[in-house]
Amino acid sequence: MPKKPITFVLNGAERAAFADPGQNLLDFLRRGVGDLTPKYGCGQGGCGACTVLLDGEPVLACLTLAEAVEGRRVDTVAGLGGPAPHPLQEAFMAHFAAQCGYCTPGMLMSAKALLDRNPRPTREEVIEAISGNLCRCTGYEPIIAAILSAAASGARP
Amino acid sequence: MITAVETYRSAEEAARALGGGGAIYLAGGTLVMAEVNANRTPPRLVRTVDPGLRQIVASSETIRLGAGVTMAQILASRDCAVLHDVARQIGGPQVRSMATVGGNLFARHPYGDLAVALLALGARVALAGQTSLRSLADLLRDRERPALVTQIEVPRPRGDRAFGFVKIARIHPRGASLLSIAAFLPREGSRMRGVRIAYGGMADRPIQAAAVERALEGAVLDEGTIARAVAVAAQGLEPPTDSLASAWYRREVVGVHLRRLLERLSRP
Ligand SMILES: Cc1cc2nc3c(=O)[nH]c(=O)nc-3n(C[C@H](O)[C@H](O)[C@H](O)COP(=O)(O)OP(=O)(O)OC[C@H]3O[C@@H](n4cnc5c(N)ncnc54)[C@H](O)[C@@H]3O)c2cc1C
Ligand code: FES
Ligand code: FES
Repeated sequence: MPKKPITFVLNGAERAAFADPGQNLLDFLRRGVGDLTPKYGCGQGGCGACTVLLDGEPVLACLTLAEAVEGRRVDTVAGLGGPAPHPLQEAFMAHFAAQCGYCTPGMLMSAKALLDRNPRPTREEVIEAISGNLCRCTGYEPIIAAILSAAASGARP
Repeated sequence: MITAVETYRSAEEAARALGGGGAIYLAGGTLVMAEVNANRTPPRLVRTVDPGLRQIVASSETIRLGAGVTMAQILASRDCAVLHDVARQIGGPQVRSMATVGGNLFARHPYGDLAVALLALGARVALAGQTSLRSLADLLRDRERPALVTQIEVPRPRGDRAFGFVKIARIHPRGASLLSIAAFLPREGSRMRGVRIAYGGMADRPIQAAAVERALEGAVLDEGTIARAVAVAAQGLEPPTDSLASAWYRREVVGVHLRRLLERLSRP
């Protein structure tokens, strides 16, 4: 089957890789590009572990056609922070918002999408922002607290 | 197994490519891609990058939504204020930035919340390659025949109390509807004329509640009218039994939620 070359911007750098027909963005990022930060939980939209930003909007990579990102901007946890962790990552550590950590990349990207748009969200807005992300470990409270505290600290590189 | 993804410049070309069969149209992909991931689709995926499908064009009388407009786009558009309460209740943020209006018209039970609202509002759809508009009610009756929807034309209701929507779900803020109700209650003076009540979850697709519409049509929305409407809330309906609720439960509670919605819309 003919593979399709895809050129896109991943975490600020131009990338090119081949996608199989019908391949989803999650599989493409993980196997084609080698970015293992977005996670596979369900492959049907239910868990949010695969959340990435597409042109700044949160999307489910498992339900996005890889070819659809041609020429567009994709951001994953691999691009968060620099030499030091991103304030959201710091806050997740400080608030013990990751236990097994499997939901964390998706949670971080949903949180980033929120704070990019709305730097001072209310608790309700935080809950709404992560409502598409399942966590089996934390009971959500530490995650909500972490996002609110990252917002309150105001630092967002 | 997908063997080819075909991307067309125009909706008309995409529609022609679908006509041949062995293909499925991909819009936002929130439903189709799950099928692709599970290897349950025909071999060809057809999509279009037609910019017309992503446009919202509003006039004083109508809102014209391109079929590829997403829930997030609706929420970001002040022209679409009447649909905000509905779009906000569809999925989580990720689903809303992907899910399209066109896809919602074809979503299977328990999905299709926006379709329920659009049915009550009397929306009409444009199909690729056809000049006349078709009523959404008509399209929903027969969703099997492949036809590519390009635009959805929504008449604007007049006044805050002319339209209301409720979604009943077990999980908040992001569960699937076990049922939903949309009410369009235009008034002529104090009487309602041209009433449409639509249900989701009360059949295998969004449907109109004919008995409730008859009870409301021409009447003043007062306590007595509401009681008469509620009495026939489930009349003639055979709702499904599924993991969200039983048919019995749906029939029991639909009147309760209809009453609350009508009471809300009766208050000045
Ligand atoms: C986690 C999750 C939560 C969800 N929650 C909700 C919810 O709360 N409420 C709700 O209503 N839905 C919900 N959905 C279902 C779905 O996201 C929406 O119904 C959405 O609007 C479907 O649109 P789409 O663009 O993603 O469709 P796609 O998956 O691209 O397509 C769906 C179907 O419609 C057909 N189609 C799409 N566009 C057209 C067109 N223009 N003309 C003809 N056929 C077309 C496709 O061929 C396919 O058969 C949810 C889905 C997920 C995964
Ligand atoms: S893997 Fe994408 S939502 Fe679960
Ligand atoms: S930390 Fe384990 S799923 Fe969230």
